[in-house]
Amino acid sequence: MKVEQISIFIENKSGRLAEVARVLGQKGVNIRALALADTSDFGILRLIVDQTDLAKATLKEGGFTVSKTEVVAVEVPDQPGGLSGILDVLDNAKVNVEYMYAFVERCGGNAVIIFRFDDPEAAIRVLTDNNIAILAGERLYKM
Amino acid sequence: MTSYFHEEIETMPRVALQALQLKRLQATVARVYEKVPFYRQTLTKAGIRPEQIRSLDDLRRLPFTTKQDMRDAYPYNLFAASMDEIVRIHASSGTTGKPTVVGYTLKDIEVWTDLMARSFVAAGAHKGDIIHNAYGYGLFTGGLGAHYGAERLGASVIPISGGNTARQLMIMQDFGSTVLTCTPSYSLYMAEEAREAGIDFRNLKLRVGIFGAEPWSEDMRTEIEAKLNLHAIDIYGLSEIMGPGVAIECIEMKKGLHIWEDHFLAEIIDPDSGEVLPEGSRGELVITTITKEGIPLVRYRTRDITSLSCEPCACGRTHARLNRMSGRSDDMLIIRGVNVFPSQIESILMRIERVEPHYLLIVDRVDNLDTLEVQVEVDELLFSDEIKVLQTLAHRIEKEIKDMLGVTSKVRLVEPKTIARSEGKAKRVIDNRKR
Repeated sequence: MKVEQISIFIENKSGRLAEVARVLGQKGVNIRALALADTSDFGILRLIVDQTDLAKATLKEGGFTVSKTEVVAVEVPDQPGGLSGILDVLDNAKVNVEYMYAFVERCGGNAVIIFRFDDPEAAIRVLTDNNIAILAGERLYKM
Repeated sequence: MTSYFHEEIETMPRVALQALQLKRLQATVARVYEKVPFYRQTLTKAGIRPEQIRSLDDLRRLPFTTKQDMRDAYPYNLFAASMDEIVRIHASSGTTGKPTVVGYTLKDIEVWTDLMARSFVAAGAHKGDIIHNAYGYGLFTGGLGAHYGAERLGASVIPISGGNTARQLMIMQDFGSTVLTCTPSYSLYMAEEAREAGIDFRNLKLRVGIFGAEPWSEDMRTEIEAKLNLHAIDIYGLSEIMGPGVAIECIEMKKGLHIWEDHFLAEIIDPDSGEVLPEGSRGELVITTITKEGIPLVRYRTRDITSLSCEPCACGRTHARLNRMSGRSDDMLIIRGVNVFPSQIESILMRIERVEPHYLLIVDRVDNLDTLEVQVEVDELLFSDEIKVLQTLAHRIEKEIKDMLGVTSKVRLVEPKTIARSEGKAKRVIDNRKR
């Protein structure tokens, strides 16, 4: 039910992001989704890729600090109120969202929302109970 | 049971030791007065003739020798032996300008070798040990000083010198090194490289590490002992006085470094007034060499900040102990009027779990106000996927520094390996205020 995501520590200086992309590109790793959280000094780049372990090893070799985290991907209709419905469900069940990001599927009319929960098991239970479709990692990696 | 290299001297009652010191001090003052024009001038100016030295208390009447005096004497003007008697020349790393040069007679080398062997024994090394000597060989005194002492001890010495860490680790494993000698920062660099290479120090034969040439903290000792699985012993020395082996901790106590008082007189002074401070006070260490021939130094201001204790030590040695150096007086940073030693910041970082001892202090002046930036590397253990966790960590370090030292700092988390690694003395400070 969970999706593997890699997080990379990036200093806030020119060329670091490009370096990540270059290293992954050379190894033939394809990026499916991406989000960057930043502060004035540093950022955390979060990626979902088609080959998680290869990407992690490659970046580590390249001198980056990398960790693998588990996130939950949810599919919602790409229309007004789509996100709101899910957030209401989570809010009502007092499930805390650490962070989230979204992208729109290339074909088909759905959006995919990636959630990082502090308690993913509870979150999955709540979403499932409310008939919200959770995307399997394999599907996302191949999307 | 404590082992000694020179049991009689190392455990000599202090009264007898002091009688020996006085005799040797008198001989040294006479020697420099006769042979070194610089000392003849400074002693004359202070109104002292060698025969007026009648007790050890008369030491404080003698003028100081400073690093600047050594620079001015470049290269040989402080030598008290002719060049036919000098068999070895070393020089300090001298970060600014010309190095300071020291010369050794055959007897000086003998004494140094003996004192280094004595230091090895105090640290728990013995005949049969395989000593992995990763101090640099060359003009720097570390490599050769430790080397000769190890041979005198009857140990097998591996003269690997600094650098090429992968090879160091291979040799350490394959040759069965039991004693490691290098700078404390390099030992932690080795630990880091070992971890990456999948080498576990628990599977190595290392038992003792003798670390010196830069000030380090008690917390760093805890870290080194845990990571390298050995006893970490602090050794002190400086090329001006001799090289490594001037003072060392005993493995029995690891509490203060025994300074070999049959060859060196130690005083603690107020670095500003030059006044001698009472036993136990913290101040600048001043050393007088009392057996050297090549370049004897009278009241040399080491710029190292420490304190001195003559309390008997449980190891049985009677020689006084220097507290761990808290830093060089010239390493001391004055940030908005507050005295800060890099070693204090290091201690704070070490106490915070998971923080690697790779740090860099950047001092600058912005709008006439001093700023302190502490760069700390984020490795996998420290890294969190969540911004707030990392920010909390940075703020916690800032708060600890503020609470402990009273200075405001800015902690910047940086990517691993962005802070330059050193195989010799680690560079910990960049002071951009100096023009």
